[in-house]
Amino acid sequence: MTSRREFIKITALGVGAIAAGTGMYKAGRFFALPDKPGKVDPDLTRTPTYCEVCFWKCAGWVYKNPEGRIWKITGNEEDQHCNGRFCPRGTGGVGMYYDGDRLKNPLIRVEERGKQVFREASWDEALEHVAGKMKNIASKYGPESIALFTHGSGSANFTTLVKAFGSGNIAEPSYAQCRGPRDEAFFATFGEEVYSPEVTDIRDTKCLVLIGSHIGENMHNGQIQEMSDAIDKGTTIITVDPRFSTAAGKSKYWLPIKPSTDLALLLSWTHEIIYNEYYDRKYVEKYCTGFDKLKEHVKDFTPEWAYGITTLKPDLIRKTAREMANASPAVLVHPGRHVTWYGDDTQRIRAIAILNALLGSWGRRGGFYRPAKFSLAQPDIPKFSEPARLAQDLFPGKYPVASSAVSNALIDATIPENNPGYPIKGWIVNATNLLSTIPNIPNTLKAIQNLDLLVAVDTMPMEITGWADVVLPECTYLERYDALRVAPHRKPAIALRMPAAEPMNNSKPGYWITRELSKKLGLASYFPFEKQEDLLDWQLKKAGTSLEEMKKSGVKTFEREQDDLYFAEDENVVFPTDSGKIELYSGYFEQLGFDPLPKYYPHEEPPEGFYRLIYGRAPMHTFGRTTNNPNLADLMDENCVWVNPKVANEWGLKTDQLVWLKNQDDAVTDFPVKVRVTERIRWDSVYIVHGFGHTGKQLSRAYGKGASDTRLITRVLVDPVMGGTGMRGNFVTFLTREPGKEVAS
Amino acid sequence: MRYAMAVDTKKCVGCSDCVVACQTENNVPIGFCRDWVVETMAGSYPQLEIEIRSERCNHCANAPCVRCCPTGASHFDTGGIILVKQNKCIGCGACIASCPYDARYPHPDGYVDKCTFCVQRIRNGMPPACAAVCPTKCIYFGDLDDPNSDVSLVLKKRKFKTLIPEAGTDPKLYFLI
Amino acid sequence: MKEELFVSGRINHLVDPYLNIWHWQIPLYLFLGGMAAGILCIAALYYLRGREKDYYTAVRITPFLAPILLVLGLVALFIDLRHKLYFWKLYTNIRLQSPMSWGAWTLMVITPVSFIWSALHIRDIFPRWDWKYKWIYEIEKFFNKYKRALAWVMLIYGIILGIYTGILLSAFNARPLWNTSILGPLFLASGLSAGAAATLLLSKNPAERKQFARIDLVIIGIELFLIIHMFMGYLASTQVQIEAARMFLGGDFTMSFWIFAVILGLLVPALLEILELGKVHIPAVVPPVLVLFGSLMLRFIIVHAGQVSRWLY
Ligand SMILES: Nc1nc2c(c(=O)[nH]1)N[C@H]1C(S)=C(S)[C@@H](COP(=O)(O)OP(=O)(O)OC[C@H]3O[C@@H](n4cnc5c(=O)[nH]c(N)nc54)[C@H](O)[C@@H]3O)O[C@H]1N2
Ligand SMILES: Nc1nc2c(c(=O)[nH]1)N[C@H]1C(S)=C(S)[C@@H](COP(=O)(O)OP(=O)(O)OC[C@H]3O[C@@H](n4cnc5c(=O)[nH]c(N)nc54)[C@H](O)[C@@H]3O)O[C@H]1N2
Ligand code: SF4
Ligand code: SF4
Ligand code: SF4
Ligand code: SF4
Ligand code: SF4
Ligand SMILES: [Mo]
Repeated sequence: MTSRREFIKITALGVGAIAAGTGMYKAGRFFALPDKPGKVDPDLTRTPTYCEVCFWKCAGWVYKNPEGRIWKITGNEEDQHCNGRFCPRGTGGVGMYYDGDRLKNPLIRVEERGKQVFREASWDEALEHVAGKMKNIASKYGPESIALFTHGSGSANFTTLVKAFGSGNIAEPSYAQCRGPRDEAFFATFGEEVYSPEVTDIRDTKCLVLIGSHIGENMHNGQIQEMSDAIDKGTTIITVDPRFSTAAGKSKYWLPIKPSTDLALLLSWTHEIIYNEYYDRKYVEKYCTGFDKLKEHVKDFTPEWAYGITTLKPDLIRKTAREMANASPAVLVHPGRHVTWYGDDTQRIRAIAILNALLGSWGRRGGFYRPAKFSLAQPDIPKFSEPARLAQDLFPGKYPVASSAVSNALIDATIPENNPGYPIKGWIVNATNLLSTIPNIPNTLKAIQNLDLLVAVDTMPMEITGWADVVLPECTYLERYDALRVAPHRKPAIALRMPAAEPMNNSKPGYWITRELSKKLGLASYFPFEKQEDLLDWQLKKAGTSLEEMKKSGVKTFEREQDDLYFAEDENVVFPTDSGKIELYSGYFEQLGFDPLPKYYPHEEPPEGFYRLIYGRAPMHTFGRTTNNPNLADLMDENCVWVNPKVANEWGLKTDQLVWLKNQDDAVTDFPVKVRVTERIRWDSVYIVHGFGHTGKQLSRAYGKGASDTRLITRVLVDPVMGGTGMRGNFVTFLTREPGKEVAS
Repeated sequence: MRYAMAVDTKKCVGCSDCVVACQTENNVPIGFCRDWVVETMAGSYPQLEIEIRSERCNHCANAPCVRCCPTGASHFDTGGIILVKQNKCIGCGACIASCPYDARYPHPDGYVDKCTFCVQRIRNGMPPACAAVCPTKCIYFGDLDDPNSDVSLVLKKRKFKTLIPEAGTDPKLYFLI
Repeated sequence: MKEELFVSGRINHLVDPYLNIWHWQIPLYLFLGGMAAGILCIAALYYLRGREKDYYTAVRITPFLAPILLVLGLVALFIDLRHKLYFWKLYTNIRLQSPMSWGAWTLMVITPVSFIWSALHIRDIFPRWDWKYKWIYEIEKFFNKYKRALAWVMLIYGIILGIYTGILLSAFNARPLWNTSILGPLFLASGLSAGAAATLLLSKNPAERKQFARIDLVIIGIELFLIIHMFMGYLASTQVQIEAARMFLGGDFTMSFWIFAVILGLLVPALLEILELGKVHIPAVVPPVLVLFGSLMLRFIIVHAGQVSRWLY
């Protein structure tokens, strides 16, 4: 690979910055007032926020101690997302603010004596530099040659900027690396997606079926709270997972499925439910189309058939199908969230959607509720001009169902030989660490080599920042205003985020960054308010409240306009699909050349001596963004590789022994990782928690700790329907000695 | 008044939120903890069982840590809560050695620290920080002498155990099983 | 398979992964205290039995070590405290259930007593000693008058101190290894034998030396008996105590305990003393030095291993 752009350690800035950083951290460590038993909470100031440690966006309060330093964060009782209880990551959000490794100043890549290094720059200079490059690219290739990768609540500002600039190439990893297949599958079936927070009525369900979804490790707050309520009520939980997950440990039935075979199980459940007449006949007759074709389709998919594929006993499949039927319609076959597994994911989730339709759970108590939405007034800004060239032109004919830009496809298109359309020459990367988020790292690095501009907006010196031309330090969510949170839920509601402290160092809020940049690009009219809070106040007044009021309450919940959380007994629901009905058989898919009814196709199996790499979440971390957080690293500072005792025996592996993992394409982990010998994982797979194995040295707590799953995901099983990146088709083996340096990155 | 806590092992998911919440609420320095989470698993694939416990000082009714403290810094406070008076503690470590649960640790400032049942909160009618934050609501707290307290009610309803009963400490931290 | 994990991590300094709160200070303090106790008990006992003449060194000379040992012990204890500014709180409280409190108060009594005892005999070592002030002579006179009473106090507090050094540990029910009533007598015996060894080192009188070699032999016999009983006790007890005993029976502490504390510290000096009593010439310093070494090792090993032994996890 010709290296036009090399990875720069931000440490190159010199020792002074680091020393100052650790000094700050130490000061932060003992912000303690030693607790004097019996003393009343001092009169503390609290400010509202909503959490940015993950995308559940719980609303809460930030407390300061008498010295005025941020002390703790707790949930807002009024908030439906959290009911006054934050998850460990949200509670540990303070560490994000106190992390001494934070980015401090804008940085610009320069050549010094033939070596690429960063130098610190003023905001004005850095933004001038970015604007100049953007204009250059636009005049040379067109504004569409700028792509935006963004994630989280700061996205709105950057999206506005890039749209105003004239590009529609805007991608979020929450689509093609996460929920995309689910949204498209439910959309194809019910004409509607399941949103975030999911409209799953776990609280009231009588039977909760989890396909993978490892709630309890996946700490999406509302889900775990409601699952716990369900456990209290004695709800039947059925968990399908090749690993004995925490949720499996709470379940009445655990189905230890052979990975990659879920579709066979789902089809055989469908068979059982149809041929035993377990399905909700009235509901199906009234609302669904394509039942007969479905019935015919699943005729042969008996539990015995599925047994041969999934290794699950037919009896267990039958019993669990009956459990679902008994609970119907208060049964919830959870749609999952991170579902980009094997490349046939949209079809797998279609099977889940169909199962829910048969059981009559969509729109019913204990199944899926109807969300209440709230819309905010939007300021009067010039209309975005339609980009001359679209994202689809970059991969003509591919992923016809994709309703959002496909991040990985944008990355592929940045490599000229893959790109039949127009060139992509500039990336703005906001709040997403592409090198840990997008599989096939070598491919991403290759794409980066073709860029004229890479701007990384981040709070931390994450891997992506090392490849940037310009690094812009955003302040954390605890130090800024942001767009109001409006998310669908049982009741309509809004939540405010406001700064609890001044931005540290020279970091700035996203709104400020985008607005300043817009000025330099001549697009200031898209940011009519000088400050984010002015915009918020304007919006809030339109919504019948005000910034002042929201500062006191943090959250405002409205009543539903109608009492329509669930379908009424004899409601004539018209579904927003082509047919107006729930489409068990998808004519839409058929037209596009995809299976109109989901089919099971076998997946490749691990070769001799290799094991399928599966991954998931640890409850105390969010991806890689928290692994350097002092409070959360304290709970878990590295991941380990789960190995079944039989496999461990074969390899002579012991718990805590260090190994390197190597995949089928000879990709090797950057660092050794500890073995955890445990019965909780199948013998054909190994498991690691995503988000570890950071290679950025500036991350003083996370550097070199554990292994990165992304490093080992070089084979990507792309979903032809919507472009999702199936990441569980990789097989790894163990290296017990440090591998030679010949393995290229 | 006898304060007690019960943790539902059937609901606890081991997320460790109770640990972070305690750390921030009580300014426990990073690198130390007043509570912690233990997960035990037994069986072989796929016949497995798991138990998850959020643990902390048991506020033992028969507390060896109080008995062995040479200065009286460790003492029984109102409601049977066991506290350490910081300005009476010499940091001898006897109480740390005496606790079968390893519930105490030497604070970097010299004195010995441990779970206080968040006295500063409960005296103001607020639940302990760990109980208040737990996303699975699996920590119950209250007065055993009050039959209607959360903890009394749940202990009436459910089977429970204590840890190392053979140590004879009479713990006030119960685990619902 | 069974698996037990701290899922929240747990790395409390000096508590995890195993208890490590007491380092060299406490075992050293226990050794010094035990040895001082041994010296003072022997001195008081022979004085009270009127054998001052026969055992001149033991009654009048060796006790000079006691105040030194006690002060060094106190210094070690003080170094061990982590909240030093509050040290004095030890002496504003009497906690009858706390061995630590007993120890502190016992030291409070016996340290001055040991100083006085030494002062009364200072002229045995420095014949031209002069107290300079008259009132000091008055005090000296006073104590000489009540020397018997003083000896009784010294004997009783010596025994308390000796036993305390063992009780301190055995009071910790939480550490299965320490949780045996044999530790008190064992440490008392070990302290007495260290005290006897001190006299063996200092005495020039063959008769006295012979007597102390005999005493030492008897005490070593008792110690061996106690050690065997201690292990039988562990093995007949609960799982955790069996596990504690295993640390010495094949586990991590096997070598150090049996080689240093038992063989070098007890068996070899006993053998040498038997040979010496049987008129074989042995360098005089060897047996007592080995005894002292063994007595020190015993404390180090028991204190350390006890912290490793536990109920849970
Ligand atoms: N603590 C924490 N919580 C989070 C996040 C976080 O970073 N940290 N991220 C949030 C986000 S954005 C998302 S998308 C969600 C993701 O969370 P989920 O949607 O729950 O993710 P999954 O991929 O379904 O769950 C991983 C589980 O799938 C199992 N698995 C692996 N292969 C297979 C298979 O072939 N079949 C089946 N049935 N199971 C399999 C694994 O063993 C593991 O238990 O979590 C959210 N919650
Ligand atoms: N191998 C593998 N890949 C995965 C997954 C997996 O499980 N395994 N999960 C997939 C899923 S479900 C998802 S949703 C995606 C998530 O993908 P990402 O959202 O990219 O995940 P993170 O690694 O947390 O990266 C977030 C970045 O945002 C930065 N950041 C945090 N807060 C702020 C802020 O306030 N402002 C700015 N500007 N930056 C901020 C962090 O420092 C970090 O660099 O990853 C996907 N990719
Ligand atoms: S679930 Fe946790 S991390 Fe996510 S927003 Fe809520 S509190 Fe924050
Ligand atoms: S917060 Fe609750 S669920 Fe999480 S580990 Fe603690 S007790 Fe368990
Ligand atoms: S758990 Fe330990 S520290 Fe707490 S009261 Fe019991 S003995 Fe004392
Ligand atoms: S360390 Fe403090 S609280 Fe503990 S026994 Fe010693 S004086 Fe008491
Ligand atoms: S009760 Fe308070 S001090 Fe005790 S563990 Fe819970 S949060 Fe910490
Ligand atoms: Mo996600």
